[in-house]
Amino acid sequence: MRAQRDVWGDTLVEIGAVDPSIVIVDGDLANSTKADKFAAAYPDRFVEVGIAEQNMVGIAFGLTTAGFRPWLSTFGVFLTHRALDPIRMLVSQTQAPVRVAGAYSGLLNGSSGKTHQDIEDLAIMRAMPNMTVLAPVDEIETAEVTRWASQHDGPVYVRLARDAVRQVLPDDYTFKLGEVITLRPGGVIALVSTGAQSSRVYEAAEILDEIGIHARVIHVPTIKPLHVPSLMEAVDGARIVITVEEHSIIGGLGGLVSETLAERFHSPRVARMGLQDAWSESGPNDFLLDKYGLSPKRVAQLVREYLNAPEATTRQIVGGNA
Amino acid sequence: MSEDARRGLTVDPDAPTQYPELARLSQLVRWHIVNTVTQSKAGHIGGPMSMTDLLVALYFETLRIDPSNPHSPDRDRFVLSKGHSAIGLYSVLALRGYFPVEELATFDHGNSRLQGHPDMKLTPGVDVSTGSLGQGLSAGVGIALGAKKLGAGYRTWVMLGDGELQEGMIWEAFNSASRYRLNNLVAIVDLNGLQQFGWPAVATRDRFDRSDPWSHVDLHAILTGFGWNVLSVDGHDFGDILGAYEAAVENASTSDKPTVILARTTKGHGLSFTSGTYKWHNGVATPEQLEIARRELAIEETTL
Repeated sequence: MRAQRDVWGDTLVEIGAVDPSIVIVDGDLANSTKADKFAAAYPDRFVEVGIAEQNMVGIAFGLTTAGFRPWLSTFGVFLTHRALDPIRMLVSQTQAPVRVAGAYSGLLNGSSGKTHQDIEDLAIMRAMPNMTVLAPVDEIETAEVTRWASQHDGPVYVRLARDAVRQVLPDDYTFKLGEVITLRPGGVIALVSTGAQSSRVYEAAEILDEIGIHARVIHVPTIKPLHVPSLMEAVDGARIVITVEEHSIIGGLGGLVSETLAERFHSPRVARMGLQDAWSESGPNDFLLDKYGLSPKRVAQLVREYLNAPEATTRQIVGGNA
Repeated sequence: MSEDARRGLTVDPDAPTQYPELARLSQLVRWHIVNTVTQSKAGHIGGPMSMTDLLVALYFETLRIDPSNPHSPDRDRFVLSKGHSAIGLYSVLALRGYFPVEELATFDHGNSRLQGHPDMKLTPGVDVSTGSLGQGLSAGVGIALGAKKLGAGYRTWVMLGDGELQEGMIWEAFNSASRYRLNNLVAIVDLNGLQQFGWPAVATRDRFDRSDPWSHVDLHAILTGFGWNVLSVDGHDFGDILGAYEAAVENASTSDKPTVILARTTKGHGLSFTSGTYKWHNGVATPEQLEIARRELAIEETTL
């Protein structure tokens, strides 16, 4: 089991060996994001900007005009919030090939707490025209997505997690933009997740199986552009779709799935699990996952409660403000 | 210069300047600014007119560019960081031959290549999209850094506004440029002392008397301290301006510092009714004012 950040750093070292256009623009966090591996391998193609995220984005854009294809290296929360305006104007509106790596996204960032927990990144980046938004699940997919984004000729946001999750995709997996992946088929209950959380939802389905509830598990690595027929095929026959994300239930995966299904006739009902429009807190990973309903055990428990009270909202089940 | 661009370019031999052709070009640019904004019924006036002489000198004397090949990899780059002054840049680009002068009439209309703020994907000659203030210098740092990494000889020029310097991102970029020793980067600050609403002369009592946003500090000293080569000029004196541009270019071969030119200008310069007031930050001239502009800028009705 390798952490997404290690996979990202190692994969960029591999790509950098054959693609001289790859540069990394860092915001003083290379030893957290693991861009330091690239810095050691290719010091001439590593640009340290220091603690100045807006400037990072502007400089990365400028480098694209000279033919370079930069990755940004800092915590996602600083890019999707503090540097949002230059990303909007200099990257998205110009369609510059800047790859925004949102490191340490979601809740699990080494106990840093709500200031560093990016629980709105998918909603924000998804709303931006021209932006491709990706959220890989495990080490296999992180490497694939890093390779795919490195050759993509346009803006990309990649949500990355700090820590390792159990591998759920086969070693020979190939990432296909837009396609959803059914990790466990069958069943009238469809659990839909994205990013590292998909691995925990897969484990939740195993727990549910033990108590006789068979749920299918669908992983959505491409938040945008989603290949809608692929999602429709994956949820075909499901009576209820439950989205589970390490993100606010507003505007991210839950928003994407709700919006998509609401436009179709005879769609299954959607319930959204995740951060219920509330900030989280500092704490160890297991504590946070349990408290905010994202650990395999808690996901399984909440799904069961929900099925026992299908008229309830997920807020009534999970708690929170949403 | 295209044939279109020459219309109206009749130089008065008695004009009191050593640079009659540049002075005449500036008059034409200022006319296009006021006239285009008036026809479009919306747009900025004061900022475009304060930087006009700086841009005319840059585009007609200094930049190594070829309007017939606007994407040439060797070209010098220009970033209008104060993007709301777009009509000033468009007027200069048109007169320099990047697109027909007649196209200025489409400014701000739908389906136009001339957007309210510069769009590098649409307008020939626009190197960087700008509009949200404070971003252009970072882009310039990246462009100049890219040139260094490629070993390319092009220079990068960035036009900033003194109002825009209130954005924090600009200071991040000032810091990076000297840190990376970007002597191939030149920033010009259009110090017209006014902005959309601006700063009260007495901080605690606003009497609508606007004051220079940087009157309380020594910008020259600050930027010197930031590791830049700092030059101060009269932004309406072509001799001064061209001297500074030459010095900035010269600096690149003698020092490893980026150059910033602090150009003292007058907002709305060149027209009696727009000069020196924040009230013409943006605005639309009345038919009477347009006639005054035509007279003061010596624009013949038959030619333009």
